[in-house]
This record gives sequence, structure tokens and C-alpha cells, in this order.
Amino acid sequence: MSSSAPSPAPLLEAERLHLWRGQRHVLKGLSFAVAAGELIHVRGPNGCGKTSLLRTLAGFYWPEDGVVRHRGRPIGEDRDGFARDCAYLGHDNALKNDLTALENIEFSTSLRVEVTPRRCREVLGQLGVGAQADLPVRALSAGQKRRVAFARVLLGDARLWLLDEPFTNLDVAATRELLALVREHVAAGGAALLTAHTELALAPGEVRELVLA
Amino acid sequence: MTTSTPLLLAAFRVLARDLKLAFRRLEQISHPVVFFIMVATLFPLALSPQPSLLRDTAAGVVWVGALLSSLLALEGLYRSDAEDGSLEQLVLCGQPLAVLLLAKTVAHWLVSGIPLVVVAPLVAASFGANGASFGVLMLSVALGTGVLSFVGSAGAALTLGSRRGSVLLSLLVLPLAMPVLIFGARAADLAMRGEPAEGPLWLLGAMLILSATLAPFGAAAAVRISLE
Repeated sequence: MSSSAPSPAPLLEAERLHLWRGQRHVLKGLSFAVAAGELIHVRGPNGCGKTSLLRTLAGFYWPEDGVVRHRGRPIGEDRDGFARDCAYLGHDNALKNDLTALENIEFSTSLRVEVTPRRCREVLGQLGVGAQADLPVRALSAGQKRRVAFARVLLGDARLWLLDEPFTNLDVAATRELLALVREHVAAGGAALLTAHTELALAPGEVRELVLA
Repeated sequence: MTTSTPLLLAAFRVLARDLKLAFRRLEQISHPVVFFIMVATLFPLALSPQPSLLRDTAAGVVWVGALLSSLLALEGLYRSDAEDGSLEQLVLCGQPLAVLLLAKTVAHWLVSGIPLVVVAPLVAASFGANGASFGVLMLSVALGTGVLSFVGSAGAALTLGSRRGSVLLSLLVLPLAMPVLIFGARAADLAMRGEPAEGPLWLLGAMLILSATLAPFGAAAAVRISLE
């Protein structure tokens, strides 16, 4: 397990996180910080706790010990403020099969920020699912659903992205495009923490690795 | 530059989205109504088709049917959102969760409670109840199903993580629904006898205000626990 705290005012900071899932001690005193402009690739074998870590950082899991801080404050102290600054893409796409791709994205984005249908269509087009915008989600392939779900992250105006296996079901070209969007976000002063089993096609200085054992 | 969504607008959008989903899956609306009618149909078969007996039992039958139908609809309140990850997004959208869940519960009541309010006089009429009592009957069912939706929303959130959630939900909510059943059936019965029914109706109204005020906070806490 490697860790470091490079920035004096990190966007997100985990300190001595201990998390148990049932009988398993999943996170064992993990500490690290994510500064603006940083991309962190969380790696490790299946079951090592990558998803548990992201869910802990998102505030879904409460660690038995340790603390997660957002801009220096424990996330429990200002849940709504943290949530506004954080976009989370989990294993599930959070899409309703009976709604169209556009309706899904417009709804979930509009709970956070005002967004126009035109802007939603633009982003869906950018992600290669513009032609499917008016189709019910049930008619989309698994990869197309993943792209639609990623549109929510792009539109949400959050600085911190927590992405759990964002490239699942995506083809090589789509993976490259999504990674480029993540790099763009980070270059613009955002931060991203993502889990992925595959190597990220990035230069060594562009990404920091956090390896869970 | 983007603008944050005001809370009330966000809550309205949750309400509108849930109504849209319900109208695209009409079984969500029709199943409780069909169940209500079937339950009411069973009583004359089991008791007696004697008109005077049916008239005397009309208020109780309507209310037991409405209560069971409300329970039937409750299980789906958060289940699909929990299964597809939408609940996580509600938690992380930056709006107070209790208010969003309040909006979801109101949508649930509009979809499952209002149809019962509409059908209740038809069922009561088939039992020989007089038409003058229908206003009170509909008002009592409207208030009562509202209370059941709010109390049930906290119960539905609490049982999200359970595999046998529907059984547990019934066990949790039925005891809390007893006062609603007692006062709702009493109001309807008084009206059918031509007597004033304001007392039980006020009590139902008070229960509605209390449950609408407290239950969303309980539901929000339970939803957060269920995500653990």
C-alpha cells in the first residue's frame, strides 16, 4: 500500500482509514491526499477494497477508524457541501430503463445544477451516444449505458470525481476518449480518483498510483 | 458558469420524475387498485351476501382493503432506486436527502393513494353504503393513505437491505397503521350512519402532519444506513 500527502490544502484527504466489511479488515490504516490537478489510479487485485475505498471516500461507508476530509473538514460535518463538489460513478449506472438517455441525464444533473436539454445532448454527443439520446435506456448496450452514466459526471460541475471502474464494458476507443476527458478535467484544476484493472495509457507524471494489497 | 438548483425545484423534479416513471409502468398504479377490489370482493363471499350485514361492514371492509393495498405498493418505493444505483445519486446530489425523499413519498401517495381514494366510494356503494357518506369516506382514505405512505416510507427505507423486505416491512408498518385504521374506519362508519365525523378526521389530519414532518428524516437516516 503506497501513500503520500503532496498538497498542504488537499481537495480530499483520507487519514488512517480502517474499514471492516464483515470479518474482513479491508482498509488498514490507509492515508493519502488528493490535490486539485491530480489523477489517482487505485489498483489492486479483486476484493482488495478498491470499491470499498471509493464508497468510503464518497461517504457511503463509515470507517471504523480514521477520517475523510474535504477541503480540511470531515465530510460528515458538511455532507451537502461535499456532495456538491463530488461526482460519483459507481458499479451501477443509476439509469432508469423506462426513461430515455436524455431524460435520465437531464434529471440527475438538474438536481445539482441547472442544465439545458441542449447541453445534455451536446455531452451525450461528445460521448458518442448522441444518436441514442431519445431512446429508452433499456434499448442501449451495456457500453452505451456506461457512457450515458459518465455524461452525468461531466455535466455535474463537480471538482472531485470518484470513478469506480468507469471503463467497464467500453471498447478501446471509448476507453481512450473517456480517459482523455478525465485528463482534461484534471488539467482544468479538478481531481479524479478512479479504479481500473487495466493500465492507463498515461505518462508517468500524469497519474499517481495507489496500490491496495 | 453553472447555477446550483434550488431545493424546492430539485424536490419538484424528483416528484415529476417519479410520476413520469409510474405512468410509463402503469402496473404500479393498477396493481394496488385491483388488489383493493379483490380484497373487498372476498368479504361478501366469506361472510354473507345479506345487504344489512354488508352495509354495516362497508367502512371496515373499505379501510382494511385500502390499508393492505397501500402496504402492497410500499415495497417498491425505494427498491428500484436502490437496485440501479439511483439512490446513491440522490444521496450525493448535494440537496438535503430528507426533502427529496419527502417528494418521492408524495409521488408515491399520488400514484398509489389517490387511485384508492377514487375507487373507495365504488367499493362502498357495492356494499350498500349511502352516497351522502362518500365525501367523508374519500377524505378519510386520502388522509389515511397519506399517513401510511409517510410511515411506510421510513419502513421501506429501513428494510432496503433485507432480503425478505416485504415481510419485514409489513411487520414494521402494520402496528403503526392501527391508529390510522381505527380512526379512518370510524370516520367512514360515522358518516355512513349520518353522524358527524369531524373528530376522527381531525385526528387523521394531525397524524398526517406529524408523519409528514418526522418520517422523511427517519427515511433519510435509514437510506444512508442501507447504503452501508
